[in-house]
Amino acid sequence: MSGGEQQVLDRIERARRRKPVVREELITLAHGSGGKATQTLVEAVFLEAFRNPLLATLDDGATLPLGSARAAFTTDSYVVSPLFFPGGDIGDLAVNGTVNDLAMCGARPRYLSAGFILEEGFPVADLRRVVASMAAAATAAGVEIVTGDTKVVQRGRADGCYITTTGVGVIERPGTLSASAARPGDAVLVSGPIGAHGAAIMLARGDFGIEAPITSDTAPLHDVVAGLLDALPGQVRTLRDATRGGVATVLNEVAVASGVSVVLEEAAIPVRTEVTGVCELLGLDPLYVACEGRFVAVVDGAHAQSALDALRAHPLGAEAAIIGAVAAEPEALVLLRTAIGGTRVVEILVGDPLPRIC
Amino acid sequence: MCLGIPGELIGPAEEHEDLAVVEVSGVRRRINIGLLEGQDLKPGDWVLVHVGFALSKISEAEAQAVLEYLEGLGQPYEDEIDALRASDIS
Amino acid sequence: MRFVDEYRDAGRARALAAGIAARCRPGRRYAFMEVCGGHTHTIYKHGLEDHLPEEVSLVHGPGCPVCVIPMGRVDDAIHIASQPDVIMTSFGDLLRVPGGTGSFLDAKAAGADIRMVYSPLDALKIAKQNPDRRVVFMAIGFETTAPSTAMTVLRAAAEGVRNFSVFCNHVMIIPAIKAILDSPDLRLDGFIGPGHVSAVIGCEPYAFIARDYGKPLVVAGFEPLDILASVHMLLGQLAEDRCEVENQYARVVPWHGNPVAMEAIGRVMRLRPHFEWRGLGFIAHSALAMAEEYAAFDAERVFDLPGVRVADPRSCQCGEVLKGVLKPWECKVFGTACTPETPIGTCMVSSEGACAAYYNFGRFTRDRRPAVIPLGEVSRA
Repeated sequence: MSGGEQQVLDRIERARRRKPVVREELITLAHGSGGKATQTLVEAVFLEAFRNPLLATLDDGATLPLGSARAAFTTDSYVVSPLFFPGGDIGDLAVNGTVNDLAMCGARPRYLSAGFILEEGFPVADLRRVVASMAAAATAAGVEIVTGDTKVVQRGRADGCYITTTGVGVIERPGTLSASAARPGDAVLVSGPIGAHGAAIMLARGDFGIEAPITSDTAPLHDVVAGLLDALPGQVRTLRDATRGGVATVLNEVAVASGVSVVLEEAAIPVRTEVTGVCELLGLDPLYVACEGRFVAVVDGAHAQSALDALRAHPLGAEAAIIGAVAAEPEALVLLRTAIGGTRVVEILVGDPLPRIC
Repeated sequence: MCLGIPGELIGPAEEHEDLAVVEVSGVRRRINIGLLEGQDLKPGDWVLVHVGFALSKISEAEAQAVLEYLEGLGQPYEDEIDALRASDIS
Repeated sequence: MRFVDEYRDAGRARALAAGIAARCRPGRRYAFMEVCGGHTHTIYKHGLEDHLPEEVSLVHGPGCPVCVIPMGRVDDAIHIASQPDVIMTSFGDLLRVPGGTGSFLDAKAAGADIRMVYSPLDALKIAKQNPDRRVVFMAIGFETTAPSTAMTVLRAAAEGVRNFSVFCNHVMIIPAIKAILDSPDLRLDGFIGPGHVSAVIGCEPYAFIARDYGKPLVVAGFEPLDILASVHMLLGQLAEDRCEVENQYARVVPWHGNPVAMEAIGRVMRLRPHFEWRGLGFIAHSALAMAEEYAAFDAERVFDLPGVRVADPRSCQCGEVLKGVLKPWECKVFGTACTPETPIGTCMVSSEGACAAYYNFGRFTRDRRPAVIPLGEVSRA
C-alpha cells in the first residue's frame, strides 16, 4: 500500500472516531430505523444531554444496583402499522418487546407499566382487542402490568394507538451481560429463523401486493434465555434481541462495543423459505429485517454446543443455530463468509431497509 | 441495476387479461405479463419478474446449457489442481 | 429457489475460479467493467472478488440509475412533490439520494407526500384511489425499467386516468458505454454486459463495442456463477484473440431482446437530445422523455419545473474513477469534502459505489485481508 493511500485511510479513521453529529434539520424516518441514523441521534442528542454511566452502555436496558439486589430497567414504545397482523398485534409486541429487553439483561421480568396514546375516533373494540392481547401476553410472560397512563389526541395527530411499556426485572444471577463483553474465540448463536416479523409487517401493509404464509415471530424470550443462562453459568457474554435493524445491526453493535470482529457463516443462518422469497422479490437482505422473538447470543466458544443444546431444548429455540464466531481482527467489523465461498463486510443498517429495484 | 427475480407462473389473475400470479419461494404476487404478449405461456413456466412485470420467459434448455458448461469446466480443472498439488509435493 | 440456488454453488464457484486463474497469462493484468449496478451488488453481496486471481480486477461502471441521476433532477422532483395536491411515488432506491437541496426523505420530513412503490402500476393504483390528487411516478432506470413505465402509461391512457403523470428519468446504457469507450485514457480489457437491460434491447446493440473499439463483451446474469462464468468467457476471448459479443445469460436474454417491450418504449417515449449524468456530464441521446402524444402524462409539461442545473463540483473526479483511471483514494475530494454522509459524486452516493465501498471498507480490501479468516472451530461444531 502506498503512503498516499495510508494517509487517506488514516484520515477516514480519524473522521470515524469524531463525535457523531446530527446533520439533518428535521427528523426523518431514517432516525427511527434502528440503524446508523438512530445511533447518531441517540448518541449526539440523548446521550449528550443525559450522560451517565448507566445510560452510556447503550444496552437494551439499564442494570440498577438496588442495595444488595440488582434490577434491570427498560422502556420501549410501539407504533406498528397495521395494529393487527398475522401472528400478533401491537398488544403482543408491547408486552413481549419489553419483556425481551429485560431478558437480554439477564433479568427475570416482573412488572410492566403501560402508557396509551389514543387517537380520537379509535374504535373501543380495537382497544379492547389490543388490551386483551396484552393481558394474555403478560400472563404468558409471568409479568404484571401494575401502572399506566392514557392520553387521547385529536384525530390525525396519531395513528390509532401507540403504546409505551416500561419494565422492571430482577437479576438473580451474578455477572453482567453486555454488548462490550464479546471476546475472540466466542461463538455466536441465533435462537431461530430470522426476519419473519419484519416480513409479516411489510406484507400486512399490503403495499407490495405480495401474499405469503408468513406470521410474526413475536414471543417472550425470558424463559428460553433462562434455560441458556442456567446451562452456561458465567459463559454467556452478550444477549441481544434482533429487533429494528435485524441481526446485522445488533452484531455490528457488539463488534464495535467489544472491539472485535464477528464472522458469520451465511449458510448457517436460518431463514424461512418464504422470508427468503419476500426478500428476493423486494431486494432486501434478511440480515437487516426485524425480528420480535429472536435473539443473538455470544457465548464462550468452548461451550457453543451446550449453548445450542440449551436453546434447542426450548420450543422457542428449537431451530437455533451457531451462526459464527468472534475473532480479534479486523476490529469492529462484521464479516460474512458467503455460501459461495467469498467474504464480505456486513455494514450497519443505513436508513430504513428500503425495497429496491436496482 | 435492475433487480429481476425468477418466478413460476401459477395461473392467470381474474381482474385483467394482462395479469398473472407468480410464485417465488412460496411467496405469491400478481404481475403484469403484457410485455410477453404473443409468447406461449402456461402454468409451470418460469418468467423473470422486474418491478411487477414479467420481462422475459426463462428458457429451461438454456439454463441447462449453462449448468453443463459449468460442470464440464469443473472436472478438468479440479484434475489439474490435483496434479499441481501432487507436483508441489514431489 | 430454482434458477437461483444452482448458480450459487460453492463447488462450482471453486472450479470456475480455478478455470479463471488458468486462463490468466502470468504477469498480465486484466480489467473488466461490469456496467450494471446489479452486477456490482452481486459482487459485493457474495464476496465474489475472493474468487478472482490478483490479475483480474473488476471496475464498477455507471449502471446504477439512482447514482447517475443529476442533482438538479432530484431537486425538480422534490419541487413537484412539494405541491400541496401531489402524491409523489418512487422506488425505494431513490429515497435517500441527495439532490442539491436534500433527498426525498428530507422532503417527506418537511411535509411532502412521498410514497414508496414496488411497481409503476402501484403508482397508477394510487392515482385511481386518489382522484382529487395529482399522482406522479418518479421514473428511473435503464431500458429494463422503461418498458414497465411505458406499459403503465398506456394503461393509464386506456383507462382515462387523468391525475397520473410520469417524471421521466429513464436512461440508456449504450451511450454511457460509448462515453466510457471514447475516453482517451481508457484502461479496460472488456465488458460484463448488463443482463436485464439486454433482455429488452437484445445483444446486437453491443456489436460496435467489439467491432469498432476492439473490446469483448459478455452479457451476464446476476447470480455469482453467472458473473464468474462471464469473466471466464472474456478471458477465453482474449486468450484466443477473439473479440465478440457473447451471451452467457441466454436463459433470460434472447439475442433479439424483447420486441414488445421495445415497441412500448417507442410508442410512449422519445429520445432526448442530451441528458446529464452525474459524474459523466452531458451525454447525447442518452435518455428518454415522454413523447408528444402522451404529453398529458408528462410531469415535465404538467408542472412548472425550476430546472436548475446543479453542477457536479469541478473537484469531483467520479468520471475518472468510473473509467478505472483513478482509484477512489486518488480523487482530490475523497474522504474530505466527499464522504458517504455528504456525497458529492455518483461513486459515493450508493453504498455500492466504488468510493463509498472504499470509504467504508478500504481498511479491509482484498489484498489486506487475513489469508485465512480465523473462524474458530466452534462454527463447525
